Amino acid sequence: MSPSQSETLTLWALRGVASIAGTVVLFIIAFLFLEALPALKEIGPFRFFNDASWHPTDGDFNLAPMLLGTLLATLGALALATPLGILSAVFIHYYASPTLGRVYRRLIGLLAGIPSVVYGFWALVVLVPIIGRIHPPGPSLCAGVLILALMILPTIALLADASLTRVPPQTLQGAAALGLSRWSIITGIALPAAKAGLATSIILATGRALGETMALLMVSGNVVQIPLTLFDPIRTLTANIALEMAYAMGNHRSALFVSGLVLMAIIAALVLFSERFSKGEMSV
Amino acid sequence: MYSALVNKKEWFSTLVVWMAAALVTAAFLWLLGDIIRYGFGQLSWQFLTTPPRNAGREGGIGPILVSTGLILFVCLVVAIPIGLGTAILLAEFTTEEKNFGRLIRRSLDVLAGVPSIVFGLFGSAFFCNILGFGFSILSGGLTLACMVLPILIRSTEVGLRSVPSDYRLSAAALGLSPIATLRQILLPAAIPGLLVGLILGSGRAIAETAALIFTSGYVDRMPTSFLDSGRALSIHIFDLSMNIPGGNKTAYSSALVLMVLILLMNGITSWLAMRWQQARISLV
Repeated sequence: MSPSQSETLTLWALRGVASIAGTVVLFIIAFLFLEALPALKEIGPFRFFNDASWHPTDGDFNLAPMLLGTLLATLGALALATPLGILSAVFIHYYASPTLGRVYRRLIGLLAGIPSVVYGFWALVVLVPIIGRIHPPGPSLCAGVLILALMILPTIALLADASLTRVPPQTLQGAAALGLSRWSIITGIALPAAKAGLATSIILATGRALGETMALLMVSGNVVQIPLTLFDPIRTLTANIALEMAYAMGNHRSALFVSGLVLMAIIAALVLFSERFSKGEMSV
Repeated sequence: MYSALVNKKEWFSTLVVWMAAALVTAAFLWLLGDIIRYGFGQLSWQFLTTPPRNAGREGGIGPILVSTGLILFVCLVVAIPIGLGTAILLAEFTTEEKNFGRLIRRSLDVLAGVPSIVFGLFGSAFFCNILGFGFSILSGGLTLACMVLPILIRSTEVGLRSVPSDYRLSAAALGLSPIATLRQILLPAAIPGLLVGLILGSGRAIAETAALIFTSGYVDRMPTSFLDSGRALSIHIFDLSMNIPGGNKTAYSSALVLMVLILLMNGITSWLAMRWQQARISLV
């Protein structure tokens, strides 16, 4: 084989494996769609929001309470994790000594590596009983929000930290030379300069929260209902898939793939949206 | 008067930032402390090597560790060639493959955001049903391979890109073909990046639960082939805490084992990354 032949061959081999890597996601979407199709055809998209309840074996397919459960848990977790995550990044950059900042950043990194099943297990045996004592039953939206907040906090903190690192030091020094206080420099100059990165971090954390399954399955009670208080149990879309996939047949199984497709669509939209943000930052 | 006001604001904001950092640290130490305190007691060589008894309330996690290892093995054997090839194409053939590369990168970004339960749905529809692998270690490993591809490709690509372009220019000046340059100069230089990606990907794979519930299954016997169902460590923790009353003690120990494995991987990753950076600095 001549060198140029082997070169063409290598290039085509590389193109081949890259095509496999590139098509995995298309494959996933195609399969979700294929398996969801029977339900979309026979049940129709509207009944997923208008049916009386979620009793798939009796032919009722209302996904709305679970979609609401997913959204509420995500919003609650974001409301807690966004300020804590951004303040964590601010702490690393402007308050902690270099050593303490390094230690704290390492700690956040470890927090990011803890498996979701371990978060779920700990919340189930430690947090849920505590919440149950304050307001029974215990497994609830509240438990889900708390553990989810802890799980997405590292995503926000680490990305916010990275985008604060990119703020040019001259800008900060200039502000300090003008006699601005530390807090004014942070809120008036550093955070606005890192705006795009902060937004990206929140979007990615939202994606992670929407897709989280195990921890919410373990602590949020899994009752299909619209929660009236923070202490009511909920069931999320992801938990519903994990609970019912094992025995679902026919339209029921197909309806679970519909919920997977809905999740996938929301998350793909978030990812593409966040890319526009990060491009904006790069051009600055 | 004005400066007193500024001081008050400054004092208050400092307090808030430190409290946020303290809160995150406290939550982390609480979780880690519980896992170590309650998990350490049952931990022994026997726990790691014997099969579970009495539905996992007693006995050990021997077969479960073997299954976890086999699932990881399948995952890496499939993901490494695809990941390495794609990373090379993306990093080294940027001019030739501009549009193709952009398309693949975009699709990998979306793939990185796919929730693990959706990977589970896909794996169960494609690997278990259509390809007919059933609930097996093979199905589980292949599903995880799809999942770790983005992280593997990203860090190998970063590794390749960090090779100074002088290397490529000198190689070209010496008349080496692009493929020979790749094989003899760039690949050895990219190994640290690949290793970091491998370990990060493995960490994600062994932490995974939702994608494995309906692909590799629950069977806790010692697997005899890749087509046997095998219970991963994370699923064991889930099953013990949710379905087995009185399984918390062994669940704590299994969680501790899983955490130690993941911390070990994190440690090796940052050590490698650090050594790699030092090696590059000493080159310059």
